[in-house]
Amino acid sequence: MAEGVTEGPLLAVQGLDAFYGESHVLHGVAFAVNGGEVVTLLGRNGAGKTTTLKSILGIVGRRSGSVRLRGAETIRLRSDAVARLGIAYCPEERGIFASLNVEENLLLPPVVKPGGMSAADIYAVFPNLLERRGSQGSKLSGGEQQMLAIGRILRTGADLLLLDEPTEGLAPVIVQAIGVVIRQLKARGFTVLLVEQNFRFAATVADRHYVMEDGRVVDMFRNDELDANMGKLHDYLGV
Amino acid sequence: MFELLGVPPQALFGQLLLGLINGAFYAMLSLGLAVIFGMLNVINFAHGAQYMMGAFTAWMLLNFLGVNYWAALILAPLLVGLFGILLERLFLRHLYHLDHLYGLLLTFGLALIIEGVFRKFYGSSGQPYSIPEELTGGHNLGFMFLPNYRAWVVAFSLVVCLAVWYLIERTKLGSYLRAATENPTLVQAFGINVPRMVMLTYGFGVGLAALAGVMAAPIYQVSPLMGANLIIVVFAVVVIGGMGSILGSIVTGFGLGVVEGFTKVFYPEASNTVIFVIMAIVLVLRPAGLFGRAQ
Repeated sequence: MAEGVTEGPLLAVQGLDAFYGESHVLHGVAFAVNGGEVVTLLGRNGAGKTTTLKSILGIVGRRSGSVRLRGAETIRLRSDAVARLGIAYCPEERGIFASLNVEENLLLPPVVKPGGMSAADIYAVFPNLLERRGSQGSKLSGGEQQMLAIGRILRTGADLLLLDEPTEGLAPVIVQAIGVVIRQLKARGFTVLLVEQNFRFAATVADRHYVMEDGRVVDMFRNDELDANMGKLHDYLGV
Repeated sequence: MFELLGVPPQALFGQLLLGLINGAFYAMLSLGLAVIFGMLNVINFAHGAQYMMGAFTAWMLLNFLGVNYWAALILAPLLVGLFGILLERLFLRHLYHLDHLYGLLLTFGLALIIEGVFRKFYGSSGQPYSIPEELTGGHNLGFMFLPNYRAWVVAFSLVVCLAVWYLIERTKLGSYLRAATENPTLVQAFGINVPRMVMLTYGFGVGLAALAGVMAAPIYQVSPLMGANLIIVVFAVVVIGGMGSILGSIVTGFGLGVVEGFTKVFYPEASNTVIFVIMAIVLVLRPAGLFGRAQ
């Protein structure tokens, strides 16, 4: 975005371990995301994809290793400090606040950096939300909730978006719409780290794919290598 | 109409006013409890002691420093609110991830200590605090005599309650509060300093109790146990209204004050228990309270 070219990757994760209570969930996760890329984390249920996103933000029980944003170490920062460096998060359960209306949900995440989209820009991308701006968050359909969950993090000026399974449980037509949105975001210069189970969808939006298994990153493909590696991918994902 | 009911209007409106006064305090105190519970997940049993501290702070400001009622109305809630923030930093914040019971026990203990300290210095008897000069006297409305200070208490507490409701339900700051009540982790992951917000919310709730205490000082005597007597009824009000509901605590507070007042007119024997009877009925029919959302 406005920053121009940065040296090295935008996000570099190395030797990342994470724990929920006694259970050791991530084992030395390592990967990198370059500025302007759309990168997915693929893998079966329980492979550690969601935990990886949460560990980047610092909202897991305990974590260690290294998470660097533009070269700066963030592993010891609290989640609000991490967010203020320009990382925004769209959780798997969408996290729409039921006691807030659509507009309040949209305006909730504070602006952390200049250069974010205006509310009007976001309503232009998601016209449904404009129609429903006065509705309570609890009254939205699944698709509308997902639109709102993505829309509200575009205002903040964060340039790295962590999206956790944005297509989960949605009708095919809405999945397509979300694909369009993600490609628009890439065109606007956002960097996206996307967790997906659905690699057919991932292939329509991403530049690169990391495959996770048992709390580790085990492989990486460029999107144009995907066809050649379909056999391996089927083994990894068990589809 | 009054002849039909067999009650002179003086008594009826007199008790209605008394009910509204009590209701004003129920509403302000249960409002603070609701705000604190929503945000901290703590049942603040020290609320009555903090209300008493508000009254005592006003009394001390007047007697030691010559600070009048109007200044105390601002200063006492600030000072007691700061004391609340200190409690939050030192004790409460270690309990958020535990069951409600721990916060309740801690604040209950704190209430006993605070009230004990005040009793050591001031005994159990009350200290008088006079009505501010501007609000002495009253007006004869024809059907009843309305003391100015009591009218002020009802009107001002209503304004305070509505202002708090507006702040929480209609402002940006309030949307942070409501969101953090639902999902503090996510709100923090958006870049909001939630621990600081929690701390300030506790200070605010405690300040609200202290404000009620200052307003109560000229009506009731300023005594170490003034809050202990009131807080039990206030908890019943909170249970009836529904824990954590802002509008619910305001409406239920005033409403139950009036119900209590009318009970004094029509069946005085039940006036001390009517709120608890209502509480029992509500618990059976609507366990989440009249305005509460079932979890």
